[in-house]
Order: sequence, then C-alpha cells, then structure tokens
Amino acid sequence: MRYGRIEEHPILKFERGRKVRFTLDGRELWGYEGEPIAIALLANGHDVFFRMEDGRPRGPFCMIGKCSSCLMVVDGVPNTRTCVTPLREGMDVRTQHGEPGLPERVSDSFVPPMEIRRSLVVVGGGPAGLTAAIQAHDLGVEDVLIVDEGMRLGGQLLKQTHRFFGNKKYYAGKRGIEIARILEREVEERGIEKMLMGTVIGVFRESEPRARYTLGAVVKREVNGVYKTGFVRILADAVIFATGAAEKYLPFENNDLVGVMGAGGIQTAMNVWGLRPGSRALVVGAGNVGVIVAYQMLQAGIKVEAIVEIMPRIGAYFVHAAKVARRGVPILTRHTILRAIGEDRVEGATIARVDDRWNPIPGTERDLDVDLIALSVGLKPSVELVQQAGARLRYVGRLGGFIAVRDRYHRFAPFGYVAGDLSGIEEATTAMMEGKIAGAAAAHDLGRAPPREASRVIREVEEDLKTFRSGPIGRRIEEALRAVVVEPPPEEWGGEIGD
Amino acid sequence: MEIEKAMERGYLLTEEIEDTFPSEERLRRGMVAIIECPQEIPCNPCVESCPFGAITMEGGINGIPVVDYDRCTGCTLCAQVCPGHAIFLARILDDSRAVVVVPHEFLPVPERGEEVKLLDRAGRDVGRGRVLWLLKPEREVHYYLVALEVPRELWKEVRALEVIR
Repeated sequence: MRYGRIEEHPILKFERGRKVRFTLDGRELWGYEGEPIAIALLANGHDVFFRMEDGRPRGPFCMIGKCSSCLMVVDGVPNTRTCVTPLREGMDVRTQHGEPGLPERVSDSFVPPMEIRRSLVVVGGGPAGLTAAIQAHDLGVEDVLIVDEGMRLGGQLLKQTHRFFGNKKYYAGKRGIEIARILEREVEERGIEKMLMGTVIGVFRESEPRARYTLGAVVKREVNGVYKTGFVRILADAVIFATGAAEKYLPFENNDLVGVMGAGGIQTAMNVWGLRPGSRALVVGAGNVGVIVAYQMLQAGIKVEAIVEIMPRIGAYFVHAAKVARRGVPILTRHTILRAIGEDRVEGATIARVDDRWNPIPGTERDLDVDLIALSVGLKPSVELVQQAGARLRYVGRLGGFIAVRDRYHRFAPFGYVAGDLSGIEEATTAMMEGKIAGAAAAHDLGRAPPREASRVIREVEEDLKTFRSGPIGRRIEEALRAVVVEPPPEEWGGEIGD
Repeated sequence: MEIEKAMERGYLLTEEIEDTFPSEERLRRGMVAIIECPQEIPCNPCVESCPFGAITMEGGINGIPVVDYDRCTGCTLCAQVCPGHAIFLARILDDSRAVVVVPHEFLPVPERGEEVKLLDRAGRDVGRGRVLWLLKPEREVHYYLVALEVPRELWKEVRALEVIR
C-alpha cells in the first residue's frame, strides 16, 4: 500500500475526529472530521489533486499552505489549499484543471469584510511568533493578536517528534510537539488572541494616517458547518513578522511528479495527521531535516532506501545522522538524484555519484525502487510580507537566501520586527530566543514595558543566544548575521534600548 | 577527535573512538556510560542529569561531553535524557558475555528474555542477543532503554537492536 493511516506509532497517538462523508468529483468517500482535505484524499488513495493546462499532475508537496501544489475546488471555491482546509461533513471536493474560473455563486462563499485594531500583531504562530507574543504580553502589551495560516498554533514544532538540544531553559530534551503544547498553553493562559487559518496577504507601512501598519488578512471561518472566507483589515501599532520559511526545490527530471514531497510536508502528513505518504522513500539532502525525517519515516513504517547528499560531507548534526545509520539506512555523500521515474506519480528514482564539480559520473547511475522522494535541500525565509512592509533585503546564502536587514533588537523599521527562520534559517531553539528579543523590543518601543524590564530581558536572552551560538555551527551563523545586523541600532528605528 | 570521516558516512568506526572507551577492568566492575557524541553542538542535558558529576564539558554548552568512568555508576540517567540517542551503557559479565544498553524508539518493543538481532553503528547484523531488561518510558516522551546480553567481544559494536518475530 502506497498510502496508509498510521495506527501504531512508537511516540505518537493520533486523535481523530468522527468519520464524515464527503465527495470527490461526485464520488462518495469518507475521512475524519477536522483533518486536512488533502490527508483524507491520500488516505483514500487519491493523490492527483489538480492538473496543469498541459496535463501535468499536481499533488501535495509542502502540507503547510505555502506551495500551491494541492489546490482544488472545494464547495465551489477554486484554488482552495486542501492541506490547510479541514474536512467537514458533506464537503464537495473537485479536481481542478488548469486555471479555474471564478465561483458561480460568490456571495455564498464569503462573509463580509471587517476591520480591527490591535497594538501588536504577530504574523506567524510558530516558535518565534509564540514566544514573541508571550514576551510582549508579559511586558505589558495587552492586545496582541497572532495570525497564523495553520489549523493549530505551533508552526513547525507540531511535527517535530525528535528531542531538542540546548539547555533546560529552552526545553532541551523535550520533543517539539511538547514544546508546541507548552507554548500554546502559555498563549491560552494569557488570553492572547489568535486568528487561525488566517493568511496575511498584504502589509502597508504608513499607508494611512490611522495606523503605522495596515495588514490585510484572508481568514477562513466556519459558518453553520461550512467554511467561508472573509477579509479582515488589521490596523496595528507594531508588527512582528515570524513567517518562517518555505522548502527549497531542486531541479531534476520529473521533479513535479506526485510523490516528490518536501521533507517537511512528509513530516506534517506522518506526524501531525498520522498518514504515511509512501511506503519506500529516497531522501535527497543529508542536512538535519533530511536525516531527522528519514528517522521519523522509519518510525512511521516507511522503508528508507537511501539518503543522497551531493556534498562530500553530511550537513546534519552527527548524532542525528548516526541514529539513521544504525538502522541500516545508507547515507550516500557525493550522490545526487538524476530523475524521478513514473507517469503521474513516483515509481522510482535514478541516483548517481558526482565528481568534485558536482557533475554526475557516467556509469554510476542506479535505479531505486521507491514511491516517495523527500526533498530536504534547505529552506528559504518567507520574506514576501516583510519586504512589502519596507524591509531592505540582503542575500546571505548561509542564512537561506534573502534576509531583512535589521538591528540587534530585530527591528527592520520603526515598530517592525523579524524573528525566527525569517531572520535567518537556524533552528527552533534560537527562534524562540529571537522571538523573546523581538517581543521585548516591541513592548519597549510601544511604551508598555516597565522601566528597564525590556532591556533586562533582552540582555539575558542575548547572553543565552551568544552561548548557544558559541560552537562551530553557531559561530558560522553569527558571522553570517553580521551582513544583515546594523550597528548601532538606527535612531529612526528607535535606537538603543538601554537601562 | 577527528570526525571528518564520520561525517562522510554518518557513523563512527570502533577504531576511531575506542581510545576513549572505559577499560575492560572498569567494565568488569559494573555498568558504565559510553558517550558517542564527537561533535561540538549546543546541548548539555547529560551534564545536568548526572547526580555524580561524572560528565563534564569543557567550554560551555558547545563542549564535548567526557565521562569520568570512576565516578560513573551506570545509573542510566544521562542515557534517558540524551536528545541525540548518543549515550550507551556497557559492562562485561564474564569471559563470554557482556551487556550493552541501547536506546530504542521503534515498534515493536522487545520483551524481556526475547532474542533480538544486534545491529552495529552502520546497521549491520552482527549477531543475536537476549533482552535482559527494559527501562520503559516514564511518559510518552521518552524512549526505551534496552539492556542486551551480547557476546563479550561485541560490547564495542552493538548500538541498536531489531525485533525478529
């Protein structure tokens, strides 16, 4: 079986909703209420979600609403991201072909627009965004709003079943899924407002006299069991962007077949929703994400045929690589994927050894019998919104791509902040530290923090960050950050946050 | 420690680390922790977990953990908290048998007394061993620690198990 629901797992228990009926192109299927439509479809063995104009198939890739590979017509609304839309009884799901027209009865699908005003808006509810919101709230910003695209708070922590490094203060030894629950609880306890299934689609700074920032968000809201889309205009005095990152792609023949998935997308399917998106996998890229996902695939009952890594050495932490190596998974350095084999979906993959200039060596090709190809070739910060908000971007390869130029308080503009993967691809622990700094800085800049409190928090976290980054891996991050961190903090952004 | 070669394959070879192992004399005295964590990474739960101060790291959180084998009592606490599954325990029972304790986070979970396949650092089948005891996860967040009785010469090699039913 290519796809299957995971019934038994060494770490996870899957709590599923009640069984509900829905239709795909008029055919009746069932799934669990509240799981993404995409998961219910895969569990039913249906994996081609839409076809391009030229007939090329598309299926799920990122599973977190970023890639547009899972668009379908749902209850008459085209271009619905089925990976972040929960299944409901009686949903009418249709395969999308090419560019769909507008829905016939628009008014049924939408709720009227509204406008709200908040002191601080946090865009993104992952480790950086949640700690930022909590920190800002603790320092006196009472009306914080978190907007997140997902169905739950936690961001990518929700799929991290491995245990975190670091020290106890930042949850070392705990699994990411646990940390997500802790942060979610802290948000709930403080009564911090959240807007889930909300996508910020535009940000304008100083666009009108009423607010420093104006954000436009598209939000899905359930009305009588049906999801309706509404537009919300959010006026904000300050905005923290913690929009995370998207998985990078890799050019190779047939790389758009269904079954070529982002490693993070596979994680979401397996670890959040208990669905096995394949039975035999090839992992491309031996960074932390690649080897961690390989290990998690083994736990989910997926056979991992190999991990290929084009570089001469493994990029992941040694101990993560050692965990999969001792399960017998070959990690092939100086190897790459040449092509995916198959018509609509992956039926195999061809890999080859590469020479010192990363060119495939003729005669070293070999085919692997796999039905799933996991791409873990890096992440790129999701900078679109922060750029629109006025951030100056600079390309820093080691940090994942374009990064907002900022000061040490994570300000890229007056009352505008970045934190987490958006401000440089690193990891969840440092994302949480950065979130704290951004949250404390925002509380200070908004004039809400008690005297000296913001600077005390910031100095303490800066020390933690420095310690954390004092190893060889962290030092390289520190060096790379010098290209984007302006010293001293510009006066027009708020200047120093001193005692 | 030179780990460049290990970073090309994903695992250490015994000869690359055996000079850091406890002596056979120490292993005959009783259980002792063996940490295979050769890279400077920001992580220190093992140091904090040890009630005997037997694990030290030079240079702060990014240091490499070193076990003082005379202080170590083989209590398993460090192996329970290691996020990298990089801590094993071993002892030599007699001329033919040794015990190796390995982390296990897969299904099925082996049972006491069960014969299992022994895997080395590269996942190679190196023989059969018997489960002496298991330390169950206290909460859902911990993995199992499984004590395996193995042929004496394999204590340096066995680092994982596979259930064969």
